[in-house]
Amino acid sequence: MSADQNFQMLLSGVVGLLIVASLIGWILGKRVKTDETRSVVANLQARVNSWWLMVAFLAAAFWLGQVTTLVLFGFLSFAALREFITLTPTKPSDHTALFVAFFIIIPSQYLLIGIDWYGLFSIFIPVYAFLCLPVLTARTEVVDQFLERVAKIQWGVMIAVFCISHAPALLMLDIPGYENQNFLLLFFLLLVVQMSDVLQYVCGKLFGKTKIAPVVSPSKTVEGFVGGGLLATLLGTCMYWITPFNPWQATLISLAIVLMGFFGGLTLSAVKRSLGAKDWGVMIQGHGGVLDRMDSVCFAAPIFFHITRYFFA
Amino acid sequence: MISTVLISVVRFLVGAYPRWQGCQPAATQRIYFANHTSHVDTLALFSAIPDEFRRTTRVVAARDYWCGSPVKQYVAEKGFNAVFIDRKREDKTCDPLLPLCEVLAKGESLIIFPEGTRGQDDKPGPFKGGLFHLASRFPKVELVPVYLDNLNRIMPKGTKFPVPLICTVHFGEPMQRDDDETKEQFLERARQAVEKMA
Repeated sequence: MSADQNFQMLLSGVVGLLIVASLIGWILGKRVKTDETRSVVANLQARVNSWWLMVAFLAAAFWLGQVTTLVLFGFLSFAALREFITLTPTKPSDHTALFVAFFIIIPSQYLLIGIDWYGLFSIFIPVYAFLCLPVLTARTEVVDQFLERVAKIQWGVMIAVFCISHAPALLMLDIPGYENQNFLLLFFLLLVVQMSDVLQYVCGKLFGKTKIAPVVSPSKTVEGFVGGGLLATLLGTCMYWITPFNPWQATLISLAIVLMGFFGGLTLSAVKRSLGAKDWGVMIQGHGGVLDRMDSVCFAAPIFFHITRYFFA
Repeated sequence: MISTVLISVVRFLVGAYPRWQGCQPAATQRIYFANHTSHVDTLALFSAIPDEFRRTTRVVAARDYWCGSPVKQYVAEKGFNAVFIDRKREDKTCDPLLPLCEVLAKGESLIIFPEGTRGQDDKPGPFKGGLFHLASRFPKVELVPVYLDNLNRIMPKGTKFPVPLICTVHFGEPMQRDDDETKEQFLERARQAVEKMA
């Protein structure tokens, strides 16, 4: 079977599953009585909706090409950075730096993927933005909490732009014998990360007893992490045939994705709590939470990208 | 047309998500009064009101600023249903609130920024008297305090471009003027109603 047929089959399968998931969510939504079950169902519905969005992204990547994918991910970074900075206390003297972050750094980072300039893509934010953004702030001569402010802006840009951009950057890898199939890597990454998230959640609800991080992320348990992580690794292994990896390589790489996704959820939860919010979307009823859905992708994408690039490209 | 474009741009940049805390969107005739920190807030508040009620809601805008160029005036009139008010009154005999009274007499709602000018702070500054006079002349109109958060970060005074942060538009509990209240007491109470939501 060709890569195109593979992808269309996978996409149909996923869409079928999502229709079932949406129906279940809808029926459960009609039947819930208590507040506790209502929040569980709302969580399920939010997840399913965000998967629809990811499937739409993948379909766009497949049918409309690389430029559309980059534009879509650019908007995703925009929304994520907007959430991050909204919860971060900044001062009027940070205005120029923030303007540059939103309107110059985001387009540039995705443009660099578009023109296939890997060298600059990989250091543009860690080196150039890191050195230049604080200069724009220092120039205003407001030193109150200077280090905190520039550090927070740099963190936001790293997470929301640099890390997220590594997902569509998979499209620019040249893997011998795997030409024109790179969107399957993007599919593989999102599938393993998202299934790991949801399986950990389900296993945690079913068997969870021992909390891993009661302060930072009360819903994460050892049982949920081990059970969900292993199942997701197994799923990734079973999907080896859509990737350039052999089965045991797919196992190790899936494990890396699962671990990084877990670390991402944990770390961004700590960041969020230190900014005084429980959900990134807390300020925006029903509209927010891009980072709630993307936290594990943020951490998994760069590592998956670099493992694949180093060993296979 | 231009109104739809403006509202889409505002939603994309600053969100302008409404949060109806003290009242619900309704066809009731209202005067929305809000804190004023940047040019974006006029549009943010306007965008946060649902479509069907926005058509009959007019925004009070300063004539000296918004009629300064044909483009600005066009944007103000077509984009957000502006009704102009003279801040620097040359002719002391005419009533500056007259255009607003005409709007209210027609049964339409108003959006006003009683601080009169853009403040520097998150907290609203002292209110000018216009709100009091309108409330006295139209006692049946609901007075809805509105607090716009984050707007002083989106476009601080003196900057030319907005930074896209999420702005929430908080609608508070409607209030009315008490008969035995002085102008100063009423204006301070109204100011506190906005500040309370900060």
